[in-house]
Order: sequence, then C-alpha cells, then structure tokens
Amino acid sequence: MSLVAGWDQALSEIVLLSLQVTLSAVFVSCLIGLPLGAMVGAFRFPGRRPAILIMNVLMGLPPVVVGLMVYLMLSASGPMGVLGLLYTPTAMIIAQTVLVTPIVAALSRQVVEDLHQEYSEQFTSMGVGPLQRIMALLWDARFSLLTVVLAGFGRAVAEVGAVMIVGGNINHVTRVMTTAIALETSKGDLELALALGLVLLLIALLVNLVVMTVRGTAARASYA
Amino acid sequence: MREVATLRTVLSQNVIDAAIAPPLMTARGLGCSIKGQRLVRDVDLTIRQGRRTVVLGPNGAGKSVLLRLLHGLLPASEGTVLWRGNPLGADAQDGQAMVFQRPVMLRRSVLANLNFALKVRGFRGPERARRAAQALEMAGLDHLAKRPARVLSGGEQQRLAIARALATGPDLLLLDEPTASLDPAATARIEALIGQAHASGVTIVMVTHDRGQAQRLADDVVFLQDGRLAESGPASTLLHSPRSDAVRAWLDGRLFVTTPQTQP
Repeated sequence: MSLVAGWDQALSEIVLLSLQVTLSAVFVSCLIGLPLGAMVGAFRFPGRRPAILIMNVLMGLPPVVVGLMVYLMLSASGPMGVLGLLYTPTAMIIAQTVLVTPIVAALSRQVVEDLHQEYSEQFTSMGVGPLQRIMALLWDARFSLLTVVLAGFGRAVAEVGAVMIVGGNINHVTRVMTTAIALETSKGDLELALALGLVLLLIALLVNLVVMTVRGTAARASYA
Repeated sequence: MREVATLRTVLSQNVIDAAIAPPLMTARGLGCSIKGQRLVRDVDLTIRQGRRTVVLGPNGAGKSVLLRLLHGLLPASEGTVLWRGNPLGADAQDGQAMVFQRPVMLRRSVLANLNFALKVRGFRGPERARRAAQALEMAGLDHLAKRPARVLSGGEQQRLAIARALATGPDLLLLDEPTASLDPAATARIEALIGQAHASGVTIVMVTHDRGQAQRLADDVVFLQDGRLAESGPASTLLHSPRSDAVRAWLDGRLFVTTPQTQP
C-alpha cells in the first residue's frame, strides 16, 4: 500500500508501459476491427456467415497460442525476424492487437448490424454509398461501440501469456503490470504484486466509469 | 432550363390537367413476389408530373410494397417501372425521395440529419447550409435545429423526415402513410408541408388509409385490393362515383373480403 501511496519509480515505469502497450494495441485493433465489423454487419456477401463464425471463434483465442504464433513470426528464424522486434514493446503490441482485434470486430459487427437494420431502407432511399454507409453507421453507433472498445481494453490490459512470451518480461524494457504481478508473486514479493494488482483494478474502474458516464450522457440525449 | 422553370411555374399554379401533365413514372404489368407470395401483381399505372397521387386500399393490399417498387427499394418480380421513360437507375434515385411510415431518424441533431442527406447528394458549403436552413424553416423546426432528432415528437420527426427528403430537391416525393398515428393537429401540419412541396412543383405519391385525407390531398387515386389495381383515376371521379365493388365497399365502410389467391 505504501508503494502505491508513495508512487514508487519502478511501479510508475511498469504502469506507464502497461498503458502504452495496451492503449496502442486497442487503438490499432479499433482501426482494423471497427471498419471490418461494420462491413460484415452492414453488407451481404458470399461467405458472410463463415466470416462471422470465424470472427466469433477468434474472440476466444488462447493468449499463449497467440504469443507462440507471434513469437514464431518475430523470432530470428521467422519471416519477420529481420525486424528485430522480439522482446520489445512493439512485439507486445502486435500480440495484443491479434488478441483484441477479433473482439472489436465481432462485437462491433453485432452493434452495426442492429443499427443497419433500422437505417437500411433510409440509406438506400437516400443513395448512401458503401463508404458513407460504413462511416455513418460507425459514427451513429459510437456510444454503443464504446462498450466494445472497453471489452477490448479489458482483454488487453489483463493479458499475461502472450506478452510474457513475446516481451520476455525484461525489467525496464518489457515489464508490464500483469507480467510483473506474475513474477513478483513467484518470487514471494507480494507487496509489489498487490500494489500492481490494485493499480490494475483502479485503472479498470476508472476506464469503466468514464465509459459509463459518456454512455449515460449520450443515452439521455438519445444519441445512443 | 427555361422550359423547366416554366413548367415549375405552371405546376406551382397547380393548373396542369391530368390529361396534359407529362408522365413522370410508369409501371407496366408490375408484380412482386416474396417467398412465394404474390404481394403485388399486374399493376399498370402512370404517375403524372405535378400531380398528387394517393394510393388507397385495405391493410395488406400491397400499398407499401407498390411504393417500394416504384422507388426501387424492392426488385420487381415481373413488369417494368420507367422513370422519365427509362428503367430505374441513378437518374431516378436522384429525382426521388421517400418518407417512411415510421420516420428513420439518425442518431444526430435535427440539423445534422438534414446535412447528412444533403452531403450524400453532393451539396457542399454555403449551398448545403442554405438548403438546410430553408428546410428547417419550411418544417417549422428552426428552433429545434440543435436538438437530437430522436427526442422530437412523432409529428416533428415526420416533418423533419419530409423536410430532409425535400431538401435535396426531388422531383417526386413518395410518402408511406406519413400521418399514421398522428393527432389531427400534427396531421394538419404534415398536410400543409405536403401542400407546400406540391405547390413548389414536386410530384407526390402518398399511401394513406384515410378517406378524408385522400379527399383533401388527391388529384389522382390508385386503389389496390389484394395486390391488384382495383381502380384508378382522378380523385373527383373515383371518390364519388367508383366503378369497382372494392372501392364502393371501402367508401361505404363495408367489409369487402375476397378469397385469398395463391401463386399459380
């Protein structure tokens, strides 16, 4: 508790790296997952059902398997080995992006599909083109999609297995809250582990509060 | 251009006779089947420029389906729809606008709803702002411009939907029961808005259940029964001396039940 109250240097370094990796992964996942989910939700095309099935299945990807796959890709003998990304925060962002993107895509697909059912005839009547349609649906569903982003954030910030494999939990380089908690617990330093756990919970609480407030305001204004 | 302006002037005076008004849209042998059920069949009709055509008929007669077929929202299973003599296409889409029974409001402000429709049709900058302001004023919604569209009352939402449709300057406005479940005051404002649109030269095709509304608004009437055209013609004739049993029964308030027909 004194570590949190005194905001230890090591603690802040770990927390900041955790936030950097998680927020970057969620941002990239949203860039890929939101338009992808919106397209699958709004358009009918051959192979749509299998695409939905695959997205749903990928939501449950085991983190260690993702970690292993990304490790194989980034390792010196892997196809992307020349980039030298293994055991860097970038590798951790890649692994988390692989984990979070299907969650963002699958959940946003459902949100956008529901909204599109309401808008579809009106959009067709207006002559709204495919790109405008996607942009409008994502914009109008923005407050509902906050929950989707929150789900992705939750998955990323709590993730241990994949970042441990591709990041290596190197002190001052790739150590994040979850990997530090695992390490400190195994070492028996429960004080730092608990402090980190507390910070993790506080961050999750804060993010949830912000999202709930924004959604509540939007719902009262009938934008959600 | 001068010819169009002249035509608009003439139309605004609402003096074009049905016989001389040029056809804007024609349907020949129009039919639509969904999941083996024939919802509309063998419909021949002509929508004439500058006229107000009201589509009447009992529930399930195919009125809304017919409107969607004319607008290209549903594909015709049989027959053709021609817009200014050509098959429905981009030209028809630019020239038409439709308002649905339950107005679809985007999750945005009143003004943003108008701006979206104008943006889709390629209006930019001052022209978009001018048209949006004009539409707000016409619908009497200028004081609600920044309000979220979905918190408006039913009547206000429908006025916004009509203003949004008219803002892009369509030649034809299709209305699917725009006053369903509205009170008389709200209905009167919608009818005034439709009257304004018509006076500015917009051709109107409207579905309604309301005989009084048909009498107030219609130049021409199309009466559907079981997906077929039971009768059509000028409102002054059809609503006072109908030829068909279906229209007579409807006007008398009698139940007119026919044996349901299945697809051959």
